[in-house]
Amino acid sequence: MLLNQFLLLSAVLFAIGVYGVLARRNGVLVLMSIELILNAVNINLVSFAAFREAVPGEVFALFVVAVAAAEVGVGLAMVLLLYRNRRNIDLTEIDLMRG
Amino acid sequence: MENLLDGWGLTMATFSPLLGAAVMLLIPKEREDRHRLIALVTSLWVAFVSLLVLIWFDLGATDRLHFVVDKSWIEAIHSRYVLGVDGISLPLLLLTVLIVPLCIVYSWNHFPEPRNPRAFLILILVLETGMIGTFLAQDLVLFFVFFEVVLLPMFFMIAVWGGPNRRYASMKFFLFTLFGSALMLVSFLALFFLTGAESFVFSEMADNVVANAVSHTAQLWIFGGMFLGFGIKVPMFPFHTWLPDAHTEAPTVGSVILAAVLLKLGTYGFIRIAIPILPDAAVGWAPWIGLLAVIGIIYGALGCLAQTDMKRLIAFSSVAHMGFVMLGIATLTDFGINAAIMGMVAHGLITGMLFFLAGSVKERYHTLEISRLGGLLVQAPRMGWIFGFCAMASLGLPGLAGFWGEFPAILSAYNPANGVPVETFRTFMVVAALGTVLAAGYLLWLLQRSAFGNPPDEFANDPNIVDTTRTEWIAWAPMLALILAIGIYPNLVFGITDDAVDASLAPCLTVEAPLDHDLAETLACSEVYDLGGQDHHSHDHTATGG
Amino acid sequence: MGGLFVLAASAAGSLPLGVTESGNWFLRNAWLIPLLPALSFVGILFFGKRLPRGGSELGIAALGIALLLSVCTGLAWMSHRDDYHGQETHLSVVAVDHDGRAADPGGHQVHGEPSVAVTNTVTWFQAGGVEFTAGTLVDGPAVMMLFMVTLVSLLIHVYSTDYVAGDRRYTHFFAFMSLFSASMLLLVVSENTLQLLVAWELVGVCSFVLIGHWWEERDNSDAALKAFLTNRVGDMGLIVGVTVLFFAVGAARPDTFGSFSIVETNALASSGMLPHTTLLIAACCLMAAVMSKSGQFFLHTWLPDAMAGPTPVSALIHAATMVVAGVFMIARLYGVFFEGLSIAGTSINLMALVGGFTTLVGACLAFVQRDIKKVLAYSTISQLGYMVMALGVGAWTAAMFHLFTHAFFKACLFLGSGSVSHAVHSFDMKSDMGGLRRVMPHTYRTFMIGSIALAGLPPLAGFWSKDEILAGTGGWGLLGGTGGNGAYTLMLVMGMVTAALTAAYMTRCVYLTFFGEYRGHGQPHESGPRITVPLWILAGLALVAGFANLPKGFQLVPESLQERFGHYVEPVAGYFPQVTHATPSWSLAMVSTLVVLAGIGVAAHYYFVRVARASKAAGQSLTELPNGPTTRLAVARLGHTLLANKYYLDHLYTGIVAGGTKGPVARFAYRTNQEVLDRAVDGVGRTAVAAGRVVYHQIDQKVVDGFINGSGQVSIDSGEKLRRIQSGKVQNYAAILFAAATVLAGLLIVFV
Repeated sequence: MLLNQFLLLSAVLFAIGVYGVLARRNGVLVLMSIELILNAVNINLVSFAAFREAVPGEVFALFVVAVAAAEVGVGLAMVLLLYRNRRNIDLTEIDLMRG
Repeated sequence: MENLLDGWGLTMATFSPLLGAAVMLLIPKEREDRHRLIALVTSLWVAFVSLLVLIWFDLGATDRLHFVVDKSWIEAIHSRYVLGVDGISLPLLLLTVLIVPLCIVYSWNHFPEPRNPRAFLILILVLETGMIGTFLAQDLVLFFVFFEVVLLPMFFMIAVWGGPNRRYASMKFFLFTLFGSALMLVSFLALFFLTGAESFVFSEMADNVVANAVSHTAQLWIFGGMFLGFGIKVPMFPFHTWLPDAHTEAPTVGSVILAAVLLKLGTYGFIRIAIPILPDAAVGWAPWIGLLAVIGIIYGALGCLAQTDMKRLIAFSSVAHMGFVMLGIATLTDFGINAAIMGMVAHGLITGMLFFLAGSVKERYHTLEISRLGGLLVQAPRMGWIFGFCAMASLGLPGLAGFWGEFPAILSAYNPANGVPVETFRTFMVVAALGTVLAAGYLLWLLQRSAFGNPPDEFANDPNIVDTTRTEWIAWAPMLALILAIGIYPNLVFGITDDAVDASLAPCLTVEAPLDHDLAETLACSEVYDLGGQDHHSHDHTATGG
Repeated sequence: MGGLFVLAASAAGSLPLGVTESGNWFLRNAWLIPLLPALSFVGILFFGKRLPRGGSELGIAALGIALLLSVCTGLAWMSHRDDYHGQETHLSVVAVDHDGRAADPGGHQVHGEPSVAVTNTVTWFQAGGVEFTAGTLVDGPAVMMLFMVTLVSLLIHVYSTDYVAGDRRYTHFFAFMSLFSASMLLLVVSENTLQLLVAWELVGVCSFVLIGHWWEERDNSDAALKAFLTNRVGDMGLIVGVTVLFFAVGAARPDTFGSFSIVETNALASSGMLPHTTLLIAACCLMAAVMSKSGQFFLHTWLPDAMAGPTPVSALIHAATMVVAGVFMIARLYGVFFEGLSIAGTSINLMALVGGFTTLVGACLAFVQRDIKKVLAYSTISQLGYMVMALGVGAWTAAMFHLFTHAFFKACLFLGSGSVSHAVHSFDMKSDMGGLRRVMPHTYRTFMIGSIALAGLPPLAGFWSKDEILAGTGGWGLLGGTGGNGAYTLMLVMGMVTAALTAAYMTRCVYLTFFGEYRGHGQPHESGPRITVPLWILAGLALVAGFANLPKGFQLVPESLQERFGHYVEPVAGYFPQVTHATPSWSLAMVSTLVVLAGIGVAAHYYFVRVARASKAAGQSLTELPNGPTTRLAVARLGHTLLANKYYLDHLYTGIVAGGTKGPVARFAYRTNQEVLDRAVDGVGRTAVAAGRVVYHQIDQKVVDGFINGSGQVSIDSGEKLRRIQSGKVQNYAAILFAAATVLAGLLIVFV
């Protein structure tokens, strides 16, 4: 197996994730897209680690998984709160930080 | 010399107000009586400590720093905590500790809207720490810190307790001075790096400049930075526009402190830092400083003539008066700088008084429009006479303090220091003399319109208009007495400043050779300079001197 | 060997500046004299209202003691002066060693000879390493002024207790009269120019306060302001002049920075050690001060307006004392003026010209006044011009003598006019006076004495002092007498013309006030004793003061009684320049008397004969001829040359009066005064305000402020643009993030 295929997969996943983050208006879907991006990165990390037989890559991937879990937890909580307050999770309508 | 104050006296004077402010923070806002009392007691305590400083001050050696504290402070940049007082700072220290309690007394029963005495008094006390610290600091970084500490309380005082246009005025004040301080800081740092100095202490700085042969161009630039920083604070002619706005909008007490002490920080900086450290550059800049000073004198006076608002007129007169102070400084002679310090003290007392009066007039008439006022002498005769007295003092009537700031400044401009163009300064002298005529013009005009005549109909039967109240008397009497006392016996100030000024100018005279600054050497220097004073002692019968 | 000291040495011995610090107790402690009224000022200010007589008793007591001290000082001075037997010419410069002993050219050391002026100084303050002193310089002129000021001031205080009785600011009035007396006394004993400057401005401020005494009316406060501001213009000259002299002395003496000492400045100037140019500049600057303070043309316009103050103020400040401060200052710094303006030369100098011109202008203006006080005010201007002219031609003693006599008769006249106005409640001679000689006999008699003294008829005071001035011009070689410093023929002519004019306008004034029928309202009556007694004392002095300086040439009295005033008052010390003394001759005296009589005769003919006749015909008291010839201008100008010509007599009679009262000269002069000069003053003020307004609105508010606001605006604008980026939308941020990452990645690929 070549490294290329993994990298290609990860690139596709990453692109899908970016598209999701930028294009979707639903907060939950944006969070899921972020997960996609993170997993694309994970694939990269793991595949490089396997090819070069270096453990730290895999360890790092584990960290990413853990942080991603936390992030999703916080993110979903926020989306939930948003929904509770505004009955709506359309991100384009949330601009409280506008200058 | 050993005594009680060594080591802690000046620190106590500087930080007591801060302590008082901290205590006030702990007391709930509603206990107004307690706040007033604490603030007054604190400021009186500071005044008392300063009085002790005066008592134990060796008036025979005013050129020496007294009660010096020298502790390491910020090791990383060799900045030290050095406080000391000599003949130049002493009069200004005393002026500060006098004005602050009087301001607190004055506001005793009438805090400006939106009241909140706690915050107001805390700001005054913080301000006092900053002002005292600036006059006592003997280290550039320490000086800078105190110089900046002053800024914020004044900003809030104007922005919160000010008049209708307070936002604009306070921002203008803040930005202007901040801009100046930034340049000043750059100058300080440039000095530090160019001299490769081991310390920021003033006295060593001057030697370092000579010892490290800092290039003339660099000195000129550094002086220029300080010039902007101090000049804005003074304020000198093109940088003065923050002053009328700040004064007009500030609450009475704020105006008084601003006029009496804050403006002096700039001129003090020139005398204490810029000129002794960079005497060469000072000679180069002197004609320009002198030019801006006389423009300020005439310009300020013309500005006064155009005013319709009493407080704004007084504010503009500050520009003119500080012009005289700067003219004295620009001559770079000990005579001129003595005159400048005298002018600073006199202006502090007189213009401070005028702002007090303007505040009291505003409180009674609810307006300061000159065209609407009139007949103050009929309705409040004592206040009217005090006003007349202060106007006379302000226009430089001999026998009152203002004269001793103006006349010697004009006199010194006839004969500036070596290297300063004489003809230019003689022209300045004549123009400055013209300024005294204009000063009489606008002050008497103001006096005539507001104090003479019969009261206008709208105020004729106003029960609100009463004569000077008791708190006003308490707040004003010391200032009035001092204006008169200094006017009759100017040696009260000159006697303190003379030797110190002489010593601080010593590097100006011997700038070619690196100088080992021990006391004997400094004194020797001043003796060479003052032949006139010497022969006087042995030949009194010939009625020399004058 | 110390520095060089300048000494004035007589041929017989050396005399250190002619100044000593030892001497009679009174001579050393003259500072007490100004101190007393100063204390009374403080006393009246704080306790006046609680005293039974509102504080006036304090002022009178202080001045009474001060007068006593002045008299003692004067007597002490006279014996002190008589003890001095040195020659009266003694100008040279010698060096002394450090002990103050003089090393005269012969080589032996001489201790100070009996010195003349007495100084007593203390250190006032020190600055720039120089010690500045304050103190007293007691010599002839100072002693004379002390006596004159305390005496006149005391009399006027007494007078005022009646005159301003019941005034709303009675106490305040006396407080400031005291302060004024103190300042004036301080001025005359000043030891140095700085002290002089201080006192000079203090008298100015007292004048301001007292002119504006009734400040409720706008006119009064306007007059006060005008007086103060005009004086301030002159003070500018004083400040500059004093400064120039301070450093000139410093430059002449290498061991000192500068000096304000009057004695030293004069001595250096007289001995030629100060550069002439410097002295000229200083003298011109100081002349500006004199012109404002002593009402010289063209800075005199404030003085008539100053009559807005209460009459005692006019008498004391604006006639007898303060306005002569300028004359006194010239006399004090005579060394400077004498050298600076080259008075000993024969060409006309600034001072003589200003004085001469003023004296004529003032006299012409006095004709057209309706207000009795204004007549006297213009007369004062004219007489001050006389004194300045006298100083300008070098007749120092004559000027001081005239100052001395003038104080008495002019104060007498002013107080008399006050007494009249007290009775008729007006100052308007034409509408409210007339015929008062019957109801106010004391006022009438004293006023007549004052008028004759002013006009200068022998043997009253004015005659003697005026004639000495005329002699001092030295232009009358044909009539005997010895000449003065130069031949100032023009000044002699001016003086003579003025003498005639003075006589004429005083005749007019007396007629309008005291003769004819009463034209006012109510029943006028004589004033009380507190007014008439001072009047009589002053009138008595106006009668006899002239005998103080009987001229040498006349041989009327033994030599020991001749020129006593000159002997005691004129300094003989080294600080006084070498003036040449002139003596009047019989012929001069007779000519000047005739001139005065002619002036009186012409005016009397017009008023006492023709106007009186017309009044009788008309059945009412007239003040002018109903159809009098009014525009015989040319005749008026040529007046004194046509005296002998009978053909022109008629024209002449009316001519002088007409020329004076209504003629274009006077009218033009008055119009110039009111419109050109006053307008100019107003115009300068208005221009200054306008300029101020332009500067303030156009430059300050727009340019300077605009720049500041502009820089703020730039940051606001840029902020406005930048804030669009901060949309608050997460996805926009993310887009930027990714875009930036892409760009960075691209860069990474391209460059690395």
